[in-house]
Amino acid sequence: MKPCPEEIVRYMHDYLDGEITRRDEQILKDHLEKCPECQQHMDGLSRSVAFLKSAAPVAAPEGLSSSIMAALPKERQGAGVRRWFGRHPMLAAVAMFVLLAGVALLSNFHTEDQFAVSRQPNLVVEGNKVTVPEGQTVKGDLVVKNGELHIEGEVEGNVMVINGSKYMASTAVVTGQVEEINQAFEWLWYKIKSTVKDSVSFIKGDNGNGEE
Amino acid sequence: MEDLIKKRIKQVLKGDQSAFEEIVSLYQNRLYQVCYRMLGNRHEAEDITQEAFIRAYINLHTFDQKRKFSTWLYRIATNLCIDRIRKKKPDAFLDAPVPGTEGLDHYSSIAHDSPLPEEEVERMELQDRVQYEIGRLPDKYRSAIVLRYIEELPLQEISEILELPLGTVKTRIHRGREALRKQMKTL
Repeated sequence: MKPCPEEIVRYMHDYLDGEITRRDEQILKDHLEKCPECQQHMDGLSRSVAFLKSAAPVAAPEGLSSSIMAALPKERQGAGVRRWFGRHPMLAAVAMFVLLAGVALLSNFHTEDQFAVSRQPNLVVEGNKVTVPEGQTVKGDLVVKNGELHIEGEVEGNVMVINGSKYMASTAVVTGQVEEINQAFEWLWYKIKSTVKDSVSFIKGDNGNGEE
Repeated sequence: MEDLIKKRIKQVLKGDQSAFEEIVSLYQNRLYQVCYRMLGNRHEAEDITQEAFIRAYINLHTFDQKRKFSTWLYRIATNLCIDRIRKKKPDAFLDAPVPGTEGLDHYSSIAHDSPLPEEEVERMELQDRVQYEIGRLPDKYRSAIVLRYIEELPLQEISEILELPLGTVKTRIHRGREALRKQMKTL
């Protein structure tokens, strides 16, 4: 028996896809009538299709939709923000940075609102009033937060007053710098400056002694 | 139907998360069915269906509203299923072409985790048997076959879901049918 034309199997599939031309369908039918092997092939394919179609529909398990809803990320106005971010990636990055840096530093600024003073001998502390008594010398830096600083004696180092007030008597001597920080913005700036300074001195292996 | 879906999509995009629930209930059965037929495991199918909806929700702003939503959703789900199947394969070399063969018999013999002995397959209930035979199809053909014969989608839509040319989809369905015919012939 001569071999079957190659396109017969292709016609079978075209037929099963419902995309066979009338002419090809006639050729296929004529061929199958006289070729039991191809008929068997065709039957096998038809059976496979019928077998697949016998698959019973499968329904999603109960509660799937509520567990999906519960698993969605919780951000109702998120979509709009995300779209904006998608369109302006650079701006978004800058905004994000400023926001995060600001939040981090400002939250520091606000949580540290109780009175604090550097631990130094010779200091007199009454309530939130700190006094460097006349004739006494404080060795090292002096930092007062949320308090009042009266300098009547001598400070060998820098003086810093954060969110407070400072009074210097005529007898006062400060060998280092005197700084007062009262604004959130300045606090931010100071934090940035001192972080940079710290890391620089760390790199230099310099045990910062308060001198600049 | 599509109009209703587009309305809900717009609501979700405006921040109304609850509008997504209607989308989920309209498509969950179809998506779950595809996943179940692709993976052959109810638990995994549930996992992947959930994952597909979450991804759809998160990426909804990337959906082109001029297109058909179900196509986009099916694409997310079938991609997740294919990824999951690939991860489950024990050895990467199974993907390698086998010289001198067309690949079909080789693939179909290893596509399933462990082929069952013939007597056991013969004793199977029809529904288990259907799932077993689909599971033995190589995953390339499996996705096309499932979309064609379980979901009964037109070839054009399958080509959009799988992002393959129409001709490739046809070839995969043809080969899938041939593979299935051979699988069934041995029994």
